[in-house]
Amino acid sequence: MASYSGGKSNGGEGSSHQELHVLAVDDSLVDRKVITSLLRKSKYRVTAVDSGKRALELLDTEPNVNMIITDYSMPEMTGYELLKKVKESSELCQIPVVIMSSENVPTRINRCLEEGAEDFLLKPVQLSDVSRLCNRVLR
Amino acid sequence: MDYVNLRRQAASLRKSLFDQGYLDEQFYQLEDLQDDASPNFVEEVVTLFFRDSARLMANIDQALDKCVKDFNKLDVYMQQLKGSCTSIGASRLKTECTFFRECCRDENIEGCMRSFQKIKREHSVLRQKLESYFQLLRQAGPIECATRPSK
Repeated sequence: MASYSGGKSNGGEGSSHQELHVLAVDDSLVDRKVITSLLRKSKYRVTAVDSGKRALELLDTEPNVNMIITDYSMPEMTGYELLKKVKESSELCQIPVVIMSSENVPTRINRCLEEGAEDFLLKPVQLSDVSRLCNRVLR
Repeated sequence: MDYVNLRRQAASLRKSLFDQGYLDEQFYQLEDLQDDASPNFVEEVVTLFFRDSARLMANIDQALDKCVKDFNKLDVYMQQLKGSCTSIGASRLKTECTFFRECCRDENIEGCMRSFQKIKREHSVLRQKLESYFQLLRQAGPIECATRPSK
């Protein structure tokens, strides 16, 4: 599945947010569209990809990613595995990673937070979740 | 064309979708994301949903057809379908997906089969209703058309 690039920046509104680039990772077409819209509505530049593998490929070539928001349950590489790889990388470990999941599994949540996730959001993710998160993580 | 009447019909259909439990408050969230930059956002997401869910349901059909039932695989497919249902606010479908997954956990193949038939029916009904809704919206046009004085 090809990458789905983020939108254009607005003219002077929220100019600080226009510099901030969020990488969204989700194997669900529907969820990628929704999370992209949520992030754009919050005035972030968004790139959405459909797998952890594609996320790592992009991170290799695109240095300016300010936050990664990833689904937990994905085939081949879960969001947790992506989180681990990011945190194990000297180049990437400073990038905040947020996990999303449709399932409220405390052991899963704890594992992700212990591995260094900034936050764990339950789906469906709301605009208020994104606003609160981005204000805190990207402040 | 009577834009006001078309809008009224669309509003009535929309209300019935909520009143009858087909949709939940997540659909409002999608509507909140629709704006001048993405004027057809809701319809686009819903279209994506029906395309993607049809693919998932075809996979489930194939998996159910096999002699040896792989309940793990069935559960994975249904988890994906349930996730998409949750994302667009397809409440009744989501509930039935949950039941199907419970049947998978119990390795109750007959329960899975019955549940899946129900999922297919609910999916079809929701698609028809939402297609009608968006068609009415398209015919009604933007709000400005609804307020254009008749000649």
